[in-house]
Amino acid sequence: MAVSFAREFRSLPLEALLKRSLGTPSAAVCESLARPALSLHDFARLVSPAAGESLEMIARRSHHLTQQRFGKVIRFFAPLYLSNECINNCSYCGFSRDNPILRVTLAVEDVRRETKALVQQGFRNILLVAGEHPKFVSNRYLAECTRALHEAVPGVSLEVGPMETDDYRPIVEAGAEGLVVYQETYDRQVYPKLHTAGPKRNFEWRMETPERAYAAGFRRIGVGALYGLADWRFEALSLAAHVDYLLRNCWKAQFTISFPRLRPCAGEFQPLTHLSNRELVQLICAFRVMFPDVGLVLSTREPPELRDRLIPLGITLISAGSHTEPGGYTGAGADKLHQTKRGRIVPVENAQTAALAGRAQATEQFNIADARSPREVAERVRRLGYEPVWKDWDSALAV
Amino acid sequence: MLRHIGLWMSLQNQPLMIAGRLFRSRLIVGTGKFSSPEAMSDALKASGAEMVTVALRRADLSGRRDPFANILEFIDSSSFLVLPNTSGAMNAEEAVRMARLAVAAGLPNWVKLEIHPDPRYLLPDPVETLKATEALVSEGFVVLPYINADPVLAKRLQDAGAATVMPLGSPIGSNRGVQTRDQIRIILEQATVPVVVDAGLGAPSHAAEAMEMGADAVLVNTAIAVATDPPRMAVAFRMAVQAGRAAFESGLAAQQETASATSPLTAFLD
Repeated sequence: MAVSFAREFRSLPLEALLKRSLGTPSAAVCESLARPALSLHDFARLVSPAAGESLEMIARRSHHLTQQRFGKVIRFFAPLYLSNECINNCSYCGFSRDNPILRVTLAVEDVRRETKALVQQGFRNILLVAGEHPKFVSNRYLAECTRALHEAVPGVSLEVGPMETDDYRPIVEAGAEGLVVYQETYDRQVYPKLHTAGPKRNFEWRMETPERAYAAGFRRIGVGALYGLADWRFEALSLAAHVDYLLRNCWKAQFTISFPRLRPCAGEFQPLTHLSNRELVQLICAFRVMFPDVGLVLSTREPPELRDRLIPLGITLISAGSHTEPGGYTGAGADKLHQTKRGRIVPVENAQTAALAGRAQATEQFNIADARSPREVAERVRRLGYEPVWKDWDSALAV
Repeated sequence: MLRHIGLWMSLQNQPLMIAGRLFRSRLIVGTGKFSSPEAMSDALKASGAEMVTVALRRADLSGRRDPFANILEFIDSSSFLVLPNTSGAMNAEEAVRMARLAVAAGLPNWVKLEIHPDPRYLLPDPVETLKATEALVSEGFVVLPYINADPVLAKRLQDAGAATVMPLGSPIGSNRGVQTRDQIRIILEQATVPVVVDAGLGAPSHAAEAMEMGADAVLVNTAIAVATDPPRMAVAFRMAVQAGRAAFESGLAAQQETASATSPLTAFLD
C-alpha cells in the first residue's frame, strides 16, 4: 500500500481541530448534526463541550440511525483468553512482562474445553485474546487454535500482538474472519511513556496493523483507543480520522469501534485522564452519527446499569459473562501455571504468589464490571426491545 | 349479488408467476432487524406475503437445530416459501457454497443471490453476481439475483437463466425510495422475467410507486422491522402493493406538465 494511515496521520491538523472543537458554538452543533454526511470538522463539533450540552438531541439521532442501519438486534460475542504471556511493558496492562503474575498459555485441547463451555452458553462468535509473545503465542499456534475453535464456532476473531501481513495469512486460512487492534493512545508524546519495552513501542507499526490485517484477508476489523491515557477528544478525533481512512482504503472490510475505559488491573496503574459517563455517551453517539454503518462495541468493562443504558444509544455488539484470564471459563490450564522471567518459565516464587497458585487461576488482564451471565444479559437485551443475535456469520463465508 | 362478485373478481390483481410457481401476493418480506422472532412472525403473517427471505448466515445449516440460531423455526414453511439469501458473501464462490449448504440443510433450491463486497452500502457486485447466477442455474437452482438498477446486467442475468431480476430502489436500509426509477423503467420495458424492486423502500408510498411503474413485486424489510408496530406497517405495505398493482393493471393516466381542460386549438371544429 503506497500510503498508510501512519503517514497521513503525521500531517493531520489534529491540534487545530481539537482547538476548534473546544470553541464550538452550540449553533454549529445543530448544523453539523443536520448534515446527511459528516466530515471530520463536523465530528469535532459533535465531541465539543457545546455538543455535550445538547446530548439528548445527538443521542436521539444516534439511536434512530442505529435502528435504521442495524435494526433492533444486538450481536453477542465472548473473549477467550489463550495466553497472558507478554514481552511488552505497558504501564496500564496486567499482562505486562514485569508484573509477577501467574501465567499460562492454553494447550489446544484446553482451548477446545473453553470453547465448548462458551458454545453451551450460546456464543457463536468468539474473540481469541492473547498477550504478545512470539515464543508462546506464535502465528502457527494461533492458526491451530482458530482451527480448533472453528470446529464448533462459525465466527472467530483475534486480538493478539500485531504481525506482518504474511504471518496473518495462515490464521485467516484457518478460518478467522476478524482482527481487533487498539492503538491504545493516538498521542505520540504519551505513547512512548506508557510502552516502555517490547515491539509495542513502535507507534506507527501498531497504527498500520489494520491495513496489514486487511491485506491478509481479515473481513472484520476492530479498532479503538483506550480511554484514560490521553485527552479523550484528541483520541476521538484521531480515531475518527483513522476509521475514515480505513473505510476509504479497506473498503471490503466491516469495521467496529470499541470504547474501553481503563479498569483496575495488576500493576495498580492509575488513569492519567478521565472520561465521565456523560462523555462516554457523547463519544458513542458522535461515532454513530459520523459512521452510521460501523459496528460499535461495548464490553464488560462497564457496569450493568450503564451497559443497559448505553445499548439503545448506538451499540451493536456486546460481550457478556467475560473472563479476562486464560482458562477462565473452565479452569483449563491450571496445572501449568508459572511465572515468566526474561522469556523463561520459572516455578511460582514467593509465598504470596504460591497462595494465588493455590487458587489455580491465571491472573486476569483486568477486572470486569458486569458479572451477569450471558443468559441474564440476553434477557435484559430482550426486555430493552432487541433480539440477541448469537450467530451472524457462517463457516461457508470463510476463505 | 352476482354483479358484486363479478366486480370483486375484477378487483383482484393478477397473480405473479416466478419459475412456474404462482404467488397471489406481490410483497416479499425480509426477516432481519426485527426486535424478536415473535415480532417477525407476526409481521410476516400480517403482510400476506407468500415468500420470505432469510439470511443464511443467521440460520443454522449444520442440521443440529441450534437453539441459538433458530430463526427458521419461527417461519411456517407451509405458509411461506423460504427464500434463502446469501447476504455476507463477497464473491461468487462464497455465494454458491452457501446456496449448496442451504439445500443440504433441507431448504428450498431457490436462492436470493446477494453478493456485496462493500459492507457499508451493501451494493451488489455485478461481475460476481453474474458468475454465481451462471453456476447456480447450471446446478438447477432458481436464482433471484439482487442487482444495481443496471438494464444491461439485467439482460445478461436473464440470458443466464435468472428467474427474476431484483434491482435496488436505493441502498439497503436507506429508506430513500425508488431513486433509480429511470433505470428501473428500462429494465421493466425490456424484461422477460419478473422484476422485483428490492431495497430502500422506506414507506408504503415507495412500494406503491414501484408497483405503479409496473414492477412485478417488491421486497421490503427494514421499514417493517424497525417500525414501532411492525404488523401494522406490514399491513400498510400489503395494501400499498395491492393498490399500486391495481393501478398499474387498470391503466394509469399519463402524467403531463400542464393542465388540459379544454381544446382551444381545435374547439372550433365541434
